[in-house]
Amino acid sequence: MSDATRRSLADTLELDKRLFGMIIAFAVLCLVFQFQTGGTFLSARNIFNISVQTVSVGIMATGMVFVIVSRNIDLSVGSVLATCSALMGMLQTQWLVPVTGLGTGTTLVVSILLGLGVGTAMGAATGWMVGYQRIPSFIVTLGGLLIWRNVAWYTTNGQSVALRDPRLLAFGGTEGVMGPEWSWVLGGLATLAAAAAVIAARRGKMRHGFLVKPVWAEGLLVAMIAGGILGFVALVNSYEIPVGKLKRMFEAQGMDVPEGYVAYHGLPISVLILVAVAVAMTVIARKTRLGRYIYAIGGNPDAAELSGINTRMMTVKIFALMGFLCGLAALVAQARLQSHGNDIGTLDELKVIAAAVIGGTALAGGVGTIYGALLGALVMQSLQSGMAMIGVDTPFQNIVVGGVLIIAVWIDIFYRKRMGERT
Amino acid sequence: MTPLLEMRDISISFGGIKAVDHVTIDLRPGEVVGLLGHNGAGKSTLIKCLSGAYQADQGQILIEGRPVTIQNPRDARAFNIETIYQTLALSDNLDASANLFLGREMLTPLGFMDDARMEAETRRIMGRLNPNFRKFNVPVSALSGGQRQSVAIARAVYFNAKILIMDEPTAALGPHETQMVAELIQELKAQGLGIILIEHDIHNVMKLCDRASVMKNGQLVGTVKVDEVTDEEILAMIILGKKPVRA
Ligand SMILES: Nc1ncnc2c1ncn2[C@@H]1O[C@H](COP(=O)(O)OP(=O)(O)O)[C@@H](O)[C@H]1O
Ligand SMILES: [Mg+2]
Repeated sequence: MSDATRRSLADTLELDKRLFGMIIAFAVLCLVFQFQTGGTFLSARNIFNISVQTVSVGIMATGMVFVIVSRNIDLSVGSVLATCSALMGMLQTQWLVPVTGLGTGTTLVVSILLGLGVGTAMGAATGWMVGYQRIPSFIVTLGGLLIWRNVAWYTTNGQSVALRDPRLLAFGGTEGVMGPEWSWVLGGLATLAAAAAVIAARRGKMRHGFLVKPVWAEGLLVAMIAGGILGFVALVNSYEIPVGKLKRMFEAQGMDVPEGYVAYHGLPISVLILVAVAVAMTVIARKTRLGRYIYAIGGNPDAAELSGINTRMMTVKIFALMGFLCGLAALVAQARLQSHGNDIGTLDELKVIAAAVIGGTALAGGVGTIYGALLGALVMQSLQSGMAMIGVDTPFQNIVVGGVLIIAVWIDIFYRKRMGERT
Repeated sequence: MTPLLEMRDISISFGGIKAVDHVTIDLRPGEVVGLLGHNGAGKSTLIKCLSGAYQADQGQILIEGRPVTIQNPRDARAFNIETIYQTLALSDNLDASANLFLGREMLTPLGFMDDARMEAETRRIMGRLNPNFRKFNVPVSALSGGQRQSVAIARAVYFNAKILIMDEPTAALGPHETQMVAELIQELKAQGLGIILIEHDIHNVMKLCDRASVMKNGQLVGTVKVDEVTDEEILAMIILGKKPVRA
């Protein structure tokens, strides 16, 4: 295919070319690891694991997009996550036990709600200092990075907190899966919803007499979305639950595993949470005033203020949303690890910022997408997993990840310069 | 007749510099008042007190005879005061319609952004102001100076302004576009809007304005009826700060 026709294909589909490039780079990366690992990298098991490991950083990365788009930064997300996790852990295993009982549904629900609420409040406090007191977000959140990390330490007195409530662990990944039938149902519904959204957008444009893409292009777009969703469902549905774990599951019910019994994972609940967050954040970004104002502030803060936008209050809202997402990420992370430990969320700020930036969020503000950040998070996690699988030692993994971040931004600057965009 | 707008005895300083120093101007419906003066005379600062970007340290603003307080741009908009800033105040990363409706978006019944309707409205008004405008779906950073200017003008005139402030609206424009703005000003004037026009070109001032208020070093030199003075007399006010003496 010649360069010209390829470009016109991307144009007709109105595909984000940057995204297109990233997907190709990601595909190449996966193929290299697939080859290097002798075929295990793209196994159902490994893809399942990578997606589960991406969730917590991915959730926070969507919020980081808004933070960076509005010309701020949040270096405290990993520490806020740790404080929320410590709080939820202590509430579940100690503080709420005398009131609502150990392992009860009430204890779990109250713990989660308090964790999310406190995360939101911590974010709002940051936003107030940045928006109303005009302290640069870099400084406020650099302070927060230290403060919250150590507040978390004091919350548990430096102890790890083991978490056993199966309903909590269900938020983590392997312990909380939908099973093949429900996964197909959800995948089917998601495909229908995506098709409906494409059709609705097309109708809206046609009603006002705007140009629309040819029908085949819309069809191809829907087909690609459907292929992605249903392909992923098929994959996780083919991942068998290991025999040892099946045994434990049956033993918990006082039964033996029947002869020849096999079960499959299906969609992890945590991935569904991430998808829900991503959809909600995309809707906020594109279809609400909040989102419009975040991008307007990033494009020109003075113009936003002169247009009557309360930019200070917006800053509070943006950071509060980031804090809420840290709380949610804390829930998923502690459930996956089945404990709260002192080092939970350590260096997450770097992964989260890297995910957003690799995903095309411009540090100068005004530009960034939710799906880009998710792809960025996936790239980071795949890189790390892949290197671990081919036996690269941890220090060198970190060196590579750091290098990739710098190179990704470098390429991006070139790209934007060529497109005549701001960097 | 009560003036549409009076700004009485307005002062504002920035760290000791008196940017606006006891200035009083007024504006009637259907009138264009030119606000003239050298760079740094305080023109933009004065009108920013009216548009809510700054708050005067001293003085009073009256709209249709009633004293009002304008603490932020939202207040100004609520009084139907629209401003085209010298800097245009556009968000470069957003498209024309997002800029036009910024802060006043049209929503669907469910509370979501009604982009299709906003774009249709933008096409409608741009069709009137700048019929050659086609770049509806690109960020305004990709537009030429004149195109950006027409977006800023569209934003000011779309929302039924009563008082329109134009801070050097033709500065970035070629002769053809300047002519379009001049025609627009005359049309809006005929509709009964009061317009404060900051303008450097003395010919445009003589052609478009009914009165001219001249500022120098933050102070008001004086206000004159344009058809009672000559170009030279206005220039003398601007350069020398001297009000023409009349018998
Ligand atoms: N935000 C500000 N901070 C400090 N000084 C300002 C500010 N805005 C305007 N000034 C000063 O006020 C004076 C008048 O400026 P301005 O109103 O922009 O003049 P004009 O629009 O007539 O060219 C200038 O000396 C300018 O430096
Ligand atoms: Mg000025």
